[in-house]
Amino acid sequence: MAMLRLAMHSLWNRRVTAFLTVLTIAVSVCLLLGVEKIRNDARANFANTIAGTDLIVGARSGSIQLLLYSVFRIGNATNNVSWESYQHFANHRSVAWTIPLSLGDSHRGYRVLGTDHNYFQHYKFANERPLSFAQGQAFDDIFEAVLGAEVAKALNYSLGQEIIINHGLGKVGITQHKDKPFVVSGILAPTGTPVDQTIHVSLQGIEAIHIGWQNGMPMRNLKITADQVRQLELQPKTITAFMVGLDSKLATFRVQRDVNDYRAEPLLAVLPGVALQELWGLMSIAERALLIIAVFVVISGLIGMLTMLLASLNERRREMAILRSVGARPIHIFSLLVSEAGLLTILGAGLGVALLYSLLLIAQPLLESQVGLYIDITMLSSYDLQLIGFIIGAGFIIGLIPALRAYRQSLADGMTIRI
Amino acid sequence: MTERIAPVITAEHLTFAYPGKSQHVLDIPHLQINAAERVFIKGASGSGKSTLLSLLAGVLVPTSGVINILGQPLNQMRSRQRDHFRADHIGFIFQMFNLIPYLSVIDNVILPCHFSKQRQSKACTQHSVHQEAQRLLRHLGLDDDQLHHRRVTELSIGQQQRVAAARALIGAPEIIIADEPTSSLDADARASFLQLLFAECAAAQSTLLFVSHDASLESLFPRSLALHDLNQAGTH
Repeated sequence: MAMLRLAMHSLWNRRVTAFLTVLTIAVSVCLLLGVEKIRNDARANFANTIAGTDLIVGARSGSIQLLLYSVFRIGNATNNVSWESYQHFANHRSVAWTIPLSLGDSHRGYRVLGTDHNYFQHYKFANERPLSFAQGQAFDDIFEAVLGAEVAKALNYSLGQEIIINHGLGKVGITQHKDKPFVVSGILAPTGTPVDQTIHVSLQGIEAIHIGWQNGMPMRNLKITADQVRQLELQPKTITAFMVGLDSKLATFRVQRDVNDYRAEPLLAVLPGVALQELWGLMSIAERALLIIAVFVVISGLIGMLTMLLASLNERRREMAILRSVGARPIHIFSLLVSEAGLLTILGAGLGVALLYSLLLIAQPLLESQVGLYIDITMLSSYDLQLIGFIIGAGFIIGLIPALRAYRQSLADGMTIRI
Repeated sequence: MTERIAPVITAEHLTFAYPGKSQHVLDIPHLQINAAERVFIKGASGSGKSTLLSLLAGVLVPTSGVINILGQPLNQMRSRQRDHFRADHIGFIFQMFNLIPYLSVIDNVILPCHFSKQRQSKACTQHSVHQEAQRLLRHLGLDDDQLHHRRVTELSIGQQQRVAAARALIGAPEIIIADEPTSSLDADARASFLQLLFAECAAAQSTLLFVSHDASLESLFPRSLALHDLNQAGTH
């Protein structure tokens, strides 16, 4: 293909502008693929947050709100679930297991979750992966705590560390449960879910730190030491929510109805998958906006190339006339310009992919540690290849515009050089 | 049969007017140029010189009349056919700005072979197209092989013009049209350039049409035509 070789030589001759054009396209391709990648990985991360749980039950509110506070530890419950109701459903004949969740306290900005051993046994994420311990074991004593991977890493905590839990959720707690410190008994392996940012203690532990407190403030004259607490009955009266695993998936809707129709207390049961979908639906506006921006950047990259090719046409009239004089037909001139546009786009796409992977390699550890978003560096998906193919196709099509101009110009100019 | 002189170019009652204008810029009652002839066409600028060349090249179509080149009626061909015909049978040398600046000397010379299968196959009867290009360049006085792979912009004007001549000659087209090819050369270079051009045209048995306003070159050609005698436009 003689015109392709000619196009390469011609572009090399204008390599500075050609390189800038390639760079513009590369940046736009990189952005588009990057946005796609983050979109997909965020969605996958999101869907991976919880698995194996059939129902989440909390006080009656909205399903997204319930999901947010119980699974993502964002926001607060408006109401609690009484211990009696929890027991009622824990002993329901279709229910295999339950995980109680009690939220409301924090340690240096990280949420503290009161739960029981079922959590370590039944909570699953991603493809039904259970939680595993990187170090140590589950809490045994009332004043023991298990740290999520990120908590341990960020605060540089190790086994045996004593921590003090704040009442409320502020980073610098106004009121601290200083009188009753917790000891780190275990650290979980990273999961890429909100579990990493959570400190887990027993339900009794949560109960214990609130003894001697009233209306959210410590009672002035009453001091109870940690040892005294161990002697007390620490049955919690309420919890925030609970997760339910069923014997059979077939029972899901029946149990959900039982919860929602429960007379003793207004409760809400949601299917985590459905609620996740709903929540993602809310976020997809931002996600789609991002994609639209990326698409526009690609378009502007291609328009940049069009500008460059059109601007060069006038100064290349002589070149075209010479080509005509040595026997090039207008169709050759046409294919020269289309080849140039195609080459620029292909080079741009190639460079864009290279750029994307270098950025991913740099950004992967940062995103994971700063945002908790785990980006998997994989080969380009067939969808990515489709996108790239589409961009290259668009490049060729845009090349038709200067090509048609050059075609008409060379028909009109023939071999005379009108400059 | 080969000894019989055959006309390469014949034109009868050839007129041309630019579209939308009634006045003819060219009106040639009769023109015949024979095979392997070397013809000098003398004409000042504005005498219809480039119009005549464009008509002979098939870039422009006559308003009326007939042009036969190598026995083929050029005026009856479609534009695609004329393009093919030109690529196959005519080599051009222009005054200046002849070469593609981003190609090497060799690549410039072999350029016509990309557009004409006929010239490509003629160029490689004995050896490759590359070798033929080098042979032509050497014959035209560019015998430094190092030079052949340089960019044409590094060459002097005289050297560039020889590269252009080699490009016109490659694949031995039947007709070479040279439009003021020597006007940017000094007198010595002009004479030696012409000698080399004549020798190569003779070797390839190409007909040479040499157009110039420079009357001093006229004596070097066996046949000379003055365009203002040929062209009746404007005389009546």
